[in-house]
Amino acid sequence: MKTFPKGGVHPPENKIASGAGIETFALPKSVVIPVAQHIGAPATVIVQKNDLVKVGQIIAQSSGFVSANIHSPVSGKVTKVDNFLDTSGYKRKAIAIEVEGDEWIDSIDQSEQLVTDISLSADEIVARTLEMGIVGLGGATFPSHVKLSIPKGKKAEVLLINGIECEPYLTSDHRMMLEKGEQVMVGVQILMKALGVDHAFIGIEKNKPDAIIHLTKLTADFPGIKVISLKVKYPQGGEKQLIKAIVDREVPSGGLPIDVGAVVHNVGTAFAVYEAVQKNKPLIERIVTITGKNVKKPANFRVRLGTPVADLVEACGGVPDNTGKIINGGPMMGKALANLDVPVTKGTSGLVLVPEPESRRKPVMNCIRCGKCTQVCPMGLEPYLLMTYAELKRFDDLERDQVLDCIECGSCSYTCPANRPLLDYIRLGKNNVSQIIRSRNKK
Amino acid sequence: MNTIVITILSLSLIGSLAAIILYFVAQKFKVIEDPRIDQVDEVLPGANCGGCGFPGCRGFAEACVNSEELADLFCPVGGNDCMSDVASVLGKDAVSKDPEVAVIRCSGSPEHRSQTNFYDGAVSCTVAHNLYAGDTGCQYGCFGCGDCVVVCDFDAIYMNEETKLPVVIDDACTACNACVEECPRDIIELRRKNKKDRKIFVSCVSMDKGGIAKKACSVACIGCKACLKVCPHDAITVENFLAYIDPVACKLCRKCVVVCPTDSILEINFPARKIKVEKENSAEEAVIKK
Repeated sequence: MKTFPKGGVHPPENKIASGAGIETFALPKSVVIPVAQHIGAPATVIVQKNDLVKVGQIIAQSSGFVSANIHSPVSGKVTKVDNFLDTSGYKRKAIAIEVEGDEWIDSIDQSEQLVTDISLSADEIVARTLEMGIVGLGGATFPSHVKLSIPKGKKAEVLLINGIECEPYLTSDHRMMLEKGEQVMVGVQILMKALGVDHAFIGIEKNKPDAIIHLTKLTADFPGIKVISLKVKYPQGGEKQLIKAIVDREVPSGGLPIDVGAVVHNVGTAFAVYEAVQKNKPLIERIVTITGKNVKKPANFRVRLGTPVADLVEACGGVPDNTGKIINGGPMMGKALANLDVPVTKGTSGLVLVPEPESRRKPVMNCIRCGKCTQVCPMGLEPYLLMTYAELKRFDDLERDQVLDCIECGSCSYTCPANRPLLDYIRLGKNNVSQIIRSRNKK
Repeated sequence: MNTIVITILSLSLIGSLAAIILYFVAQKFKVIEDPRIDQVDEVLPGANCGGCGFPGCRGFAEACVNSEELADLFCPVGGNDCMSDVASVLGKDAVSKDPEVAVIRCSGSPEHRSQTNFYDGAVSCTVAHNLYAGDTGCQYGCFGCGDCVVVCDFDAIYMNEETKLPVVIDDACTACNACVEECPRDIIELRRKNKKDRKIFVSCVSMDKGGIAKKACSVACIGCKACLKVCPHDAITVENFLAYIDPVACKLCRKCVVVCPTDSILEINFPARKIKVEKENSAEEAVIKK
């Protein structure tokens, strides 16, 4: 069975919510929509206080090539365009809307009927993903139209669809594949058409046998798509790892998947592309997993963006006693929330409520040079060395040792027997090095 | 006996040969260095702190020798005395600067600033700052991880265990600027050193609106402009809901300290007020009249 060869760890899977079907979450009373919920330039607000907006109406415009439109997920009145707390506790610009009714703009097809005929051309599809504000829904929220616009001189040869969901606990992609399999398949075909490729692989880890069986059955009706089952190993959902695992090509250091002719999209993105192209529906909702060992009723919700996460937790039986941390995203790469008054954004794949004893970090000890971090690093880096360089501010050495290749999967910190905060410092070093490179390029 | 003689003779031969080679090599690759660099280096403090912006004292000495004027060059550690020595060595005009000292512009001890969450990541302000807004409601204040203490070459900062805030030892501080650059939240500022180490400054950097700042921290500057109105020397400016006292214009009259409703303006090393209550009242009245 295929997998990526270098490094990797096996954290306990804890896919508690995998049996919970997707429920459509009730409309919230009010929503808060941050203008920076994707990688790249924040969108420019184009509504004002007291404006009336409808579901699907554009409220903030993309402000650069790497940026994305933002649409109103609800209908109602704009109450404020101000700074609101984001997931990290800093105040960032956002639009607050008070919900009134549920009125959609007319161009959106709200029916559940499956549309399989793709009428748009490749360029039109890319333009549509840009217009509908589609971003990668795997967690990194990279604007999808950028990935679909192939740079000159390069050619896409194969499309890979990421159904790995290697993060423990999270189950939103899994449920998506089970319940919206047909739509995902059509979405994959749309992406294939946009890229001009004739075959696509959907990679799924073998811990989701039902999804593998379901999608394999569907491939009979959708030529060119093949489901590949992969060995369970974290971080298989990383782009570069997935490419290595499925088509055995290695993305060069500092390069992009397109350099080896591959394009990777998440299953959630495929579904969003389906809705955008076939139903004219912008990205206004996503699937969010609420889970944790002590959560009364773990669930997968289909939520309008901007819904307060506190509402979601409440619907799952509230925050259990003895909860130490609420992690936004999976436990390996996610970040603990500083408070619960934050909205669901395009990148919120799940919330994990971790009980107190598990949530605390253990005391940091000295590095014993055991080399475990080097063994598990899927990018072949030396995390212990990078951390020390970052601590000592030796940014030249960091750059030389390819710190920018780090995908921030956290395998090193997970495996370190001395509990060293390897990733924290490496991330700091990455920030500094990329800043240095940027200022150097400006000169 | 013979062996010893041969050994001595051969070794001295090798030694003198090597000496001759070395002599010619040294002549060939001679580095001609301005002797004044050594002289300047001698009068510098030798702390190698980098406070002047050059790599170590020798780098600074070279810069002093090579530059036309000493206007942009200043050794904060040695101060004016050291710079006049440098100037006399080089025969250039000395520049004098007011001595400065670092101040910590945050008073958010746990007693004033309640904890809203718990941080157990890497003990480094920079890491924490990149990660999130902090374990209190204030996104501007001190993290208390002590990066400034680590970076200080002169042991002039320590963490106060009770307040969880750094404290500057005025006598030890050389105003080398290392902590100012290190602090990710720009809390530390170099301010002019006054007589008897007296200081008046706004001990807050929160740019939140009054209500939000006050809710997060009881000693936050709320931007009420009371100090601005009472200042007779036009030393105070208020921007983004944050007051700032210009250290040069300030005449240490302490009127602003009295009127500050949140006690965010600190007075340090002043004698106790004789009739504190009365003064407070009169100052308040003055504000109301205006």
